[in-house]
Amino acid sequence: MTDPTAPGDGLILETRHLTKDFRGFVAVSDVSLRVRRGTIHALIGPNGAGKTTVFNLLTKFLPPSSGAILYRGEDITRDRPAEVARKGMVRSFQVSAVFPNLTVLENVRVALQRSLGTSFHFWKSDHSLKVLHGRALELLEAVDLAGLRDTVAVELPYGRKRALEIATTLALDPEMLLLDEPTQGMGHEDVGRVVELIRRVAADRTVLMVEHNLSVVADLCHTITVLQRGSILAEGPYAEVSRNPQVLEAYIGAAE
Amino acid sequence: MSVPDGVQESRAAWRLGIITPRRKKIFFGLLVAAGLVLPHLVYPVFLMNVLCMALFASAFNLLLGYTGLLSFGHAAFLGTAGYVTGYLLKAWGLPVELGVLAGTAVATLLGWAIGALAIRRSGIYFAMITLGFAQMIYFLAVQLPFTGGEDGLQGIPQGKALGFIPLHDPYALYYFVFAVFALGFGVIYRTIHSPFGHVLRSIRENEPRALSLGYDVARYKLVAFVISAGLAGLAGSTKALVLQFVTLTDVHWHKSGEVVLMTLLGGMGTVMGPSVGALLVVAMENYLTGFGDWVTVIIGSVFVAGVLAFRRGIVGEALHLVRNFPF
Repeated sequence: MTDPTAPGDGLILETRHLTKDFRGFVAVSDVSLRVRRGTIHALIGPNGAGKTTVFNLLTKFLPPSSGAILYRGEDITRDRPAEVARKGMVRSFQVSAVFPNLTVLENVRVALQRSLGTSFHFWKSDHSLKVLHGRALELLEAVDLAGLRDTVAVELPYGRKRALEIATTLALDPEMLLLDEPTQGMGHEDVGRVVELIRRVAADRTVLMVEHNLSVVADLCHTITVLQRGSILAEGPYAEVSRNPQVLEAYIGAAE
Repeated sequence: MSVPDGVQESRAAWRLGIITPRRKKIFFGLLVAAGLVLPHLVYPVFLMNVLCMALFASAFNLLLGYTGLLSFGHAAFLGTAGYVTGYLLKAWGLPVELGVLAGTAVATLLGWAIGALAIRRSGIYFAMITLGFAQMIYFLAVQLPFTGGEDGLQGIPQGKALGFIPLHDPYALYYFVFAVFALGFGVIYRTIHSPFGHVLRSIRENEPRALSLGYDVARYKLVAFVISAGLAGLAGSTKALVLQFVTLTDVHWHKSGEVVLMTLLGGMGTVMGPSVGALLVVAMENYLTGFGDWVTVIIGSVFVAGVLAFRRGIVGEALHLVRNFPF
């Protein structure tokens, strides 16, 4: 991995004065975020700090009230969500986002399917999708799910669902991954597994993740942005941010 | 491809093993054979009615069962196509095939217009928008002169298929209707089992996720809606030909409700469910006429009991049993 702290690293994602106002309640206020290419960037903050709203703004699930979003130098502020995904910025969701009544293999295949360009072909047999099975199994192999290929996703334990979700996201070969609390609700063992997985997939990608769990962020992420009440409180590597008295206060304050 | 063998793997193997492609072919072969023989055993007009409603319900199921959209205005497509076909055959003397095609085409266009607006909302709002449009169509059917208003459009000529097969012969008409049904059902079957159908299923399962994978969900929904409306229209046009009349009941919201009932009773999201549901409902309506107004009460009770006992519908429960049968 390239040294993320090296100066001159290109930006992949940038927001300028991003603001989201829900009828008077300012959920996100003047957030200018700079994510460098090839890094793992965390967005942390206490409950209600606006992390998920920022995520929804970045992926266009919500329109911003003001401000701009630049992805690879291109203004995507007015794009539709599917467009953003096709440009290579793919998100996951806080609540595990699998297709519950499809098999594990079908889950990944749906993501791969778009590349065939036949997704509107209602007159074609689905046997034409079999060419994708090899790649789908490779992706499942990478998250240890190949053996469960024909299991219906709803039957998977929670941690395995998250792994399936990551495999599905990776099927799009995204340049940038946005993970919304990837370890939320997981047991200790699964957390370790997912952290390893993120580290592995981030080798040739940029990852921006929302995380609640500070210990996960500590040795995984290169840069940490701390949000509080919709604004950026601090930004920098973990060592720096974790000593910031304002951050400590926000976190301890939230814990009480 | 080497896949590690595990308990789950073998379990999945038998899960897929009972319904093999070969057995599927045999099953559909038997159905076709039954369809060819049945009119000699059962009253053909009843069978044709069943086939029309089965096609209508299967088209509806493409939306409810495979895309997750509950339309509460599908009678608009059934009825509009019926009126158009009936009028063209009667007033213009068009050949049967053209009349049926024209009815289907108008329903398809109407589906596009209504669908484009309705898919902007989801859930109950989607259902209410479709219902609202269907009510407007009902109003038009009452008001416009060519529909015959309260009297309906009567005396639709059946003409000759391909120019020489007289369709007033019940057997000839039956095989014509059977061919139309097979065609329409084939289109639905193919759509369900196509790359497009798989995207629809992912939308049904988790819409935001499908969106985040780069699918323009709204466009997929619209295409599904248009296909469904067109095939509902095909069913309506054919029905007009069978009964030789179209009345306000074909555009009434009762019809939109009836198709929901058939689909849920038979099993939504299954290929055969809607047809089984249509058979049941049409049979009850036909053979229980002696009970007068009580028919609706009986059908209602069967529906409530059916949905309580078989949450997945009749076909859905049967498939579930077969797939989980321990052997």
